[in-house]
Order: sequence, then C-alpha cells, then structure tokens
Amino acid sequence: MADAQTLKQLVLGRKEAQDLSDTEHDLPPDLMTVNMGPSHPAMHGTVRIVLTVDGEKVVKSDVQPGYLHRCFEKESEHATYTQVFPYTDRLNYVSPMINNCGWAMVAEKLMGLTGSIPKRAEYIRVIVSEMSRLTDHLTCVGASAMELGAFGPFLFFLKCREWLYELLEKVSGARLTHTYVRVGGVGKDLPDNFAEDLIRTLDQTAKVMIEVETMLNGNKIFRDRMAGIGAMTREDAIATGCVGPIARACGVDYDVRKDYPYSVYPEVEFDVPVGTTGDCLDRYLVRLEEMRQSISILRQCLKQIPDGPILVDDPRVALPPKKDTYNTIESMIRHFKHIVDGIKVPAGEAYAFLEGGNGELGFFVVADGTGRPYKAYCRSPSFVHLSTAGQLIHNHLIADIVPIFGMINMIGGECDK
Amino acid sequence: MAQKVLDALKSHHAAAIEHTESQHGDEIVWVKRDQLVPVATWLKTDPAMLFDAPVFCTCIDRLDWQPQGVPPSMRWTEDKPRFEVAYQLRSSKYRYRLRIKIAVPESDPRVPSLAALWPAFDWQERETFDMYGIRFDGHPDLRRIYMYDEFVGYPLRKDYPKEKRQPLVRRDDLPMNPIKVDRAHPGDK
Repeated sequence: MADAQTLKQLVLGRKEAQDLSDTEHDLPPDLMTVNMGPSHPAMHGTVRIVLTVDGEKVVKSDVQPGYLHRCFEKESEHATYTQVFPYTDRLNYVSPMINNCGWAMVAEKLMGLTGSIPKRAEYIRVIVSEMSRLTDHLTCVGASAMELGAFGPFLFFLKCREWLYELLEKVSGARLTHTYVRVGGVGKDLPDNFAEDLIRTLDQTAKVMIEVETMLNGNKIFRDRMAGIGAMTREDAIATGCVGPIARACGVDYDVRKDYPYSVYPEVEFDVPVGTTGDCLDRYLVRLEEMRQSISILRQCLKQIPDGPILVDDPRVALPPKKDTYNTIESMIRHFKHIVDGIKVPAGEAYAFLEGGNGELGFFVVADGTGRPYKAYCRSPSFVHLSTAGQLIHNHLIADIVPIFGMINMIGGECDK
Repeated sequence: MAQKVLDALKSHHAAAIEHTESQHGDEIVWVKRDQLVPVATWLKTDPAMLFDAPVFCTCIDRLDWQPQGVPPSMRWTEDKPRFEVAYQLRSSKYRYRLRIKIAVPESDPRVPSLAALWPAFDWQERETFDMYGIRFDGHPDLRRIYMYDEFVGYPLRKDYPKEKRQPLVRRDDLPMNPIKVDRAHPGDK
C-alpha cells in the first residue's frame, strides 16, 4: 500500500514540496472547472455540464444540450404528415404514444377534425397515452433511485415497464417505436383479451408500486438525498416555463388534461397531485401519485370504451379499405395519392398541445396546403426543464446534481429534437 | 376564447398592433418590432391579462411560401419580410393563450429579447438564433445551443439544403469554444 505522500501525489498530481505538506496549500482554494458528461454514468441522456466548482460546491454551470440533435424539424418539413409519426416516436422514446397523439392532434386541428374522431379511437388513444405515462414515470423514478444507490426499485420498476411494453407491443407491433396513432384515429384495433391482460398488469404494477414505496419512502438515505434538494418556488416554476410533474411539485396546479381538456379526459375522473416544497422529494411523490391516477384512468377507460370504428370516415385522412384498393382503380389511385402525396392539410397554422409524461408537449405546424408541413416545431418540455437545471444545481454539491437531474427527467431525444 | 385579449390589445396598444387574427382557435397578434417589449410587459403585468407562463418561441421562414388553395396574394415575394418570430404565451389565471408575431426582414434579422421578462425564453431564443439566425437584442447569452460554435449557416432556414453535411473542424480562436477548459488549477498542465 502506498504511503500517504505517494497517495497524495497520485491524487493531486503535483510534486512541489509545499503541496505535499498538510497545510492549507494542500487543496488549492481557487475554483476548478469540471466537465460532467456528455457521456456520464449518472446522467440519463447525453448532455454536457461544464461546472465551475469551489471544492465540491457548484458555483457556476453551463448546461449544453444538443448531442442528440437529429433534425426532427428539418426532416419533418420534408416528410408527409403520416411519415412524421415515426420521427415523433423518437422524441420522447420512453412514452412514444403520447407524442404520436400530439402529432395527430395538430394535423386534426388544422383539418378541423378535432371532435369528430370516433369515440373508440379516442378511448384507445387515452389508454395507450396513460400506459405511456406509466412507463415514463416508472423509468424516471426507477432510474433516479438506482443512481442514488437503490438498485432494487430500478429492477422492480423496469419489470413493470416491460409488462407494459409487452402489452403495447401486442397493440402496435413494436416494443418502443410504435407509430400506432394515425391522423383521424389509430392504426388498428386493440388485440383480443387486451382488457384482461391490462387489468392483470395494472394489479401487478400497483403491488410493485407499494413494494417500491416501502423501500424508498422511509429510507433515510433516499430522503436525505432528495428532500430540500433542487427546490424551486412556484413563481420561478411558472416564469421558467416549467410544466408537468416538476411544476406541480412546486404547487402549480396546471395539467393540460384538466385545464384544456382534450380527447375523452372530461369523461374520466382523476385528481391532479400538487406538491408544496418543489424539491426532488416532491417531484418523486407527485410522479408516484400520478401513476396511481393513471392506473385509475386506465381502469375507467376499460369499463367505458365503446365499440365502433377506430378511424374517422373521412376520405381526406382514411385509406380506402384494402378490399377496394385491390379491386377498383379509383380506390387504388386514392391509396397511391394518399401514400405518395400525403394527407392534404389546408393552409394555416395551429398549435396543438397535450399532457405528455413531462408536461405540456406541443406541436406548432404551419401548413401550406400540400401533404407536407411547411414548418413543424416541437415544444418539448424536457428542453424547457433542462434550461432550469443550471439554476437548480447552483450552490449544491456535485453529488446533488444526480438526483436533481434524475427528477428533471430530461429525455435526450425530446430535448435535443 | 381569448378574443377578449385581442380586443384589449387593440384598445390599449392601437399604435403598436399591426393586426390581429384567429386561426383554428389560436389567437395571433402582430406587433411592431420596436413596440414588442412594452406590449409584452403590459401583457405580463396587466391584472386583466397576467400572461405569466411562457410556452415557446420560434421562427417561420417564408422563403418558399407558395400555399395551395389560397389567393396568390398570400404568396411570399421579395418585398415582404422573410421571417416571422412567434412567441406563444399562456395566462395561468385566465387560461388565455396568445401568439405574438413579429415580422422580421432578412436584411436586419433583429428582435428585442423577451428573456428578461420570461426566463424560459432564454434558451428558446438561443434555439431560434441557432436555427434561423435571428439576433435577439438584449439577450444575456446569445450563442448556439444545439449546433456547435464552428457550424456555418442556419439549418432550419429554407435555403439550407436538407442533405448538406458539415464536418466539425475545431477552431480554438472562437470565444466560446466548448473544448477549451479553464485551467484554474495551478498544478494542471
């Protein structure tokens, strides 16, 4: 084993004699610049933080997103409205169904179809959205707990997430990149026995949630690392544009599902949990309660979902039935034009928004009457939340960046577009 | 829903408003560029408005604007301003939503920054600058956010080809070069 002096030399990398003494020269008093990321084991997503630290305290930080920029907006301007759905899957890749719904909603708003989507399609959208919200929160809470050293909850929650992914795979055919929703409805109907499978999964998930809460809520290490860390006031949360669980943890009772009701959310009953302190612990608790509310919404939807068509009967957006496509020339041409030229969206502009896993997720589209958007913009909650990270980690220890970042739940794909 | 807001704007700031419109339920107000900050301040602080929550900021490049199914006069011609900067706001008390638009000519792509009023616009204006090259006067820290500092051009402008590729060539002379780390540590080489 190395003696104390060699050890010091190894750690500090300096050889000057005065630096090896046990005096105040040992640790220099000046500030130090540390790079955290873009690839760091304790940060989800690729984001780089250039920290200026005073000892272990952060005195200045520069958060730099953009390492996952894949030109969502530029690519969308060159794709038909239907072709954009796969791109939206890759925005928030933990809850792709909600992004799908958001994109469908903006096209429907521009075409004046909002409100005429068949009831069954709307219910299916709500069901898959709430399942996606569950997977989003499960990942966020599980991963954050793991980063604080609690590996058990991570495995428990990822197990639940996998059950839900399996169900979504049965629905859409893909585990993660679903591309399930269409303009005017959804791609296909729910599979057989879906309701029984989902109810069983929800029962199991509710049990696992109790287990995880038992492990975390009373855990002194977990509470010490979360409580009082990264707190934000209500006014700051509003002014910095925070939405979703982060804003609600600060006491902002804003939920798009309640404040600007869309789809069939007015027909289901649920509560919007609101925190008081706005710190990481409140964000965690708000997310847990939202998961419970999502489970309740799902149970109600399964009871209330009617039979009927899953796509609006409007030749502008619906493909002709396959039987006609193969047998009549008119339907074949219509099918071809629909696929090649895309859905014709009348000229205009609209901003449609919904409650995503992280809050208000919106799409702003300028249409020029062709089958491709002239401009597509995604209002990604992660990007807005990440912009507050610099302020939140200020004057905290480097170790506190991990829970703050985990609870901001920055999703690289959505933040960097 | 927010027609009240448009009416109030017209009565209080008649000189600053170019015109107002509603599209698909979204209220839009066109504000003169030099009047943006007073109008925005009024929207934020007036007790009947209270637009406290920022939603997004972006820009529309009208260079290829040849819409179908509308009169040809709607098309973009060189005598019209090329860019439109859009700010979307929300009032959490009254639930109003409003989009402020500012016409910006290509020769002078400048807009007063609203980052001091709503801190959320700090990053969003940086994004708009990064993607469209709009300069926000009074912005505290206007630099690229998604792209690297060495990037040439503005990728979301309509005249930037979709397939264009740029190799990243490091330049140490740029003031904000991200690779450069302050050697504050005296012992560091």
